[in-house]
Amino acid sequence: MSHRELDDMLGKGWRKPPFVKRPWLRWTLAIGFVAYLIAAVMTIEVDWGRVYEGLDRGWAFILAFTSPDFTSRWSDIWDGLLESIVMTVAASVVGILISIPIGLGAARNIAPLPVYMICRGIVAISRALQEIIVAILLVAIFGFGPLAGFLTLSFATIGFLSKLLAEDIESMDKVQAEAIKASGARWMQWINYGVQPQVMPRLVGLSMYRIDINFRESAILGLVGAGGIGATLNTAFDRYEYDTAAAILLLIIGIVMALEYLSGIIRARVQ
Amino acid sequence: MLRLQKLTKTYKTGDQALKAIDLDVPKGQVLALIGPSGAGKSTMIRCINRLVEPTSGAVMLDEVDLTKLGSGALRKARREMGMIFQEYALVERLTVMENVLSGRLGYVGFWRSFLRRYPQADVDEAFRLLDRVGLLHMADKRADELSGGQRQRVGICRALIQNPKLLLVDEPTASLDPKTSRQIMRLITELCQERGLAAIINIHDVALAQMFVPRVVGLRFGEIVYDGGPTGLTPGKLTEIYGEEDWEATIETVEDEDEEFEAAE
Repeated sequence: MSHRELDDMLGKGWRKPPFVKRPWLRWTLAIGFVAYLIAAVMTIEVDWGRVYEGLDRGWAFILAFTSPDFTSRWSDIWDGLLESIVMTVAASVVGILISIPIGLGAARNIAPLPVYMICRGIVAISRALQEIIVAILLVAIFGFGPLAGFLTLSFATIGFLSKLLAEDIESMDKVQAEAIKASGARWMQWINYGVQPQVMPRLVGLSMYRIDINFRESAILGLVGAGGIGATLNTAFDRYEYDTAAAILLLIIGIVMALEYLSGIIRARVQ
Repeated sequence: MLRLQKLTKTYKTGDQALKAIDLDVPKGQVLALIGPSGAGKSTMIRCINRLVEPTSGAVMLDEVDLTKLGSGALRKARREMGMIFQEYALVERLTVMENVLSGRLGYVGFWRSFLRRYPQADVDEAFRLLDRVGLLHMADKRADELSGGQRQRVGICRALIQNPKLLLVDEPTASLDPKTSRQIMRLITELCQERGLAAIINIHDVALAQMFVPRVVGLRFGEIVYDGGPTGLTPGKLTEIYGEEDWEATIETVEDEDEEFEAAE
């Protein structure tokens, strides 16, 4: 830059260039967003009378947490809890085992294009179908009970874990894998030595997170008849037994927190 | 032993990285490949063991044309060529020993390697190599616990345990300090001499190349513009390879530094 230009610029101040360069577009976007927000909020209809009536029921629900009733329906709670745990563990193990090959196939840097397309397709389908919808379908096919829940969670795990595993593989250090390839390793050996060590901590972390999600989901799936603690919770709500429902919710919170703590320890270990 | 015939690499973008390279490397010869960034040094090395697929031409390793091999035969051929990398390229979360033994992957079956049950002969050789480079006590450390120079030594062991005929060395000293750089270069050239290995060493540091190798090949825009002894690298030649610059200083300081270095030792 020549001297004259520098003189022009000195004392001029400096601002970071705006993300959207054209001023009219920038302002249109900003004003449009605010207008939409206002319009959207105005479409929400609130029946304040109904809210006033509901407050009592809500309050009763919250009060129930101060006196959760673990005892009177304990055997139901225990059965539901056990079913949920079995469902979670089984679905997570099966889901994770299926996710690993699909995750490998869905990583563009290690899979040939046709395999990549198929695996990405599977991931897309699994992610597009929300758990509840899958559960309703599977309950219709297999009937009420934990089998439908187990299958739903396995299916959902595949979409989640394969996608994130594939993304981790895609962002791995290429040279480490290249070095293994240069030694004349077979494909499986290459994956085992060049790729696996790089993605293992993330795979373990994601798996723990997925177990956590699966357990929480299993509480929801009960609402559509797919078994587990959710079924027990649903029954408790139907009977207006808020104290039992509170007990169940506390148990779910406790288990999720325990899982969270456990996954923290495990992730620190595998770094 | 290694002969490149009209080796050409054109990338999809249309960039001609290598333009019909002809090069002959006899058994046991160590040569340095110098040239500016983007001259095609890395591409050339990678075309030899086909980590990069050459576009045309032939790579003859003892009368076998590597460019014609199918995937199984290529794997076997890669065992003959040890590779040493710029940023060491150790698998960071594996132990030193696993990294060294990974050089045997072309020789052992999947389950053996998966269970880390290598033949005793391989394990012994790994210990011997680690001892040779002075890292035997580090065998069970994780690779990411090592310093740069130590990592490169492990990289050297990994390449040598393949029992190769040829070493392909890609910028071995690029991320090392000057002293470690010399130690690593000395180690590589010594080991090549001990084992009668040929080597192609990509290197940025002209002075370092002149110090350790008997033959230097200069690459510019994918063509060989110099091939000869280290003393023939005159300022004129360096200008031809790298472009205009004051080279006298480079060449002089080389010798000064060298004397100081030897004195310091």
